[in-house]
Amino acid sequence: MMDATPQRAPRPLGLLAELTHRCPLGCPYCSNPLALEGRSDELDTASWVRVFKEAAALGVLQVHLSGGEPGARRDLVEITKAAHDASLYTNLITSAVGITAATLDKLSDAGLDHVQISIQDSAAESADHIAGYRGAYARKQALAAQVTRLGIPLTVNAVMHRANIEHVDAMVTLALELGAKRVEIAHVQYYGWALKNRAQLMPTRAQVEHAVQVVEALRKQHHGRIVIDAVVPDYYARFPKACVGGWGRRSLNVTPSGKVLPCHAAESIAELTFWNVREHSLADIWDNSPAFMAFRGTDWMQEPCRSCPKAKEDFGGCRCQAFALTGDARATDPVCHLSPRHALVGELAEQRADLAYDYRR
Amino acid sequence: MTVSPDAKPKLPRGVRLTHNEAQGGWVLLAPERVFKADPTAVEIIKRCDGNATFGQIVDDLAKTYNAPRERITADVAAMLTMLVEKQMMEL
Repeated sequence: MMDATPQRAPRPLGLLAELTHRCPLGCPYCSNPLALEGRSDELDTASWVRVFKEAAALGVLQVHLSGGEPGARRDLVEITKAAHDASLYTNLITSAVGITAATLDKLSDAGLDHVQISIQDSAAESADHIAGYRGAYARKQALAAQVTRLGIPLTVNAVMHRANIEHVDAMVTLALELGAKRVEIAHVQYYGWALKNRAQLMPTRAQVEHAVQVVEALRKQHHGRIVIDAVVPDYYARFPKACVGGWGRRSLNVTPSGKVLPCHAAESIAELTFWNVREHSLADIWDNSPAFMAFRGTDWMQEPCRSCPKAKEDFGGCRCQAFALTGDARATDPVCHLSPRHALVGELAEQRADLAYDYRR
Repeated sequence: MTVSPDAKPKLPRGVRLTHNEAQGGWVLLAPERVFKADPTAVEIIKRCDGNATFGQIVDDLAKTYNAPRERITADVAAMLTMLVEKQMMEL
């Protein structure tokens, strides 16, 4: 059924620019898809320049320069400058491996607004083991020091899972020592490589509940010194997350080869087809592409979502998770306690095994 | 928090005021955060360039908008205090 006056789609605020899938690290929870795009398929500099102009015209305010490791692109400085010149707020999301001191100086001059560095653990040996890269921890410390020396605000992204969840206190202390003004306690979300490594990564319920309490105490302790944002691990939640703030509502993602996705995991939903910036403008893709239309708004919902008072708050949770766990992308995210499949999530969380990581390669 | 008349407010690095037509106007951008800036906020923030003092900013606004100085002082101090707490302004 069509509305008499079709409403214009909301305007996106953020664009995740996956400049490359290449990365020296092998983190077993990498959010990139299992089928990585190769260097020969990557968009060229001029295409990214055009994408940023189109993004700003569409309403995008912030661009997250990510990957893979964005430092693997030789034209990272040009790309950053183009985003800045398009009046976009530029956020570099990096592993720190592959960004030299000289490159960071140039990025700073190009107008880089903010840097986010991921850390794998609070001590070098364990951190390097999780990253699958010897020496990564030391390089992160060195780059963080240079970021703060240049006066660029730094966020530390601490990815939490069973091997490090009991170090949450030490990781916040480390973020403070590195000079971060903000730290994200990002519990692993189970898509892509993390889904593949779920048994190795999944914490216990008791670990998660303890970590949530620790974070609350740390917030009070460090109030005014560092902002602590926490992404709650949803396998132990009663309500699902409003994934990406609602499908096709606030953000979009451009892959290295130019495919435009509503979220970074959307390619895992088998039925969707994605338009490419090589063939369509960003505005056309946002407003009209079938993948963005598929789950925008609430018309696609089934029960219990359809009549749920929270339908416009959490949008039925995550479509990728619904598809991955139930095989139906229109199902209620089974994380929700109202989902008829909710028991499954608890069963899956119990399937822990101390096996070797299947590293992203 | 009281703001000294000699304070020279400015946006810290990583916080930017920008205009975006599609979003319907001015926005203040910070790491992972976006605030719509209403016309009053825009006029205040635009004057926070690290050179002008709080006193000068208040004088300028009072003159430009022909408004009582006491009210402007209170409004600007409240806005600056709020932004400082969010780490989106330096004094």
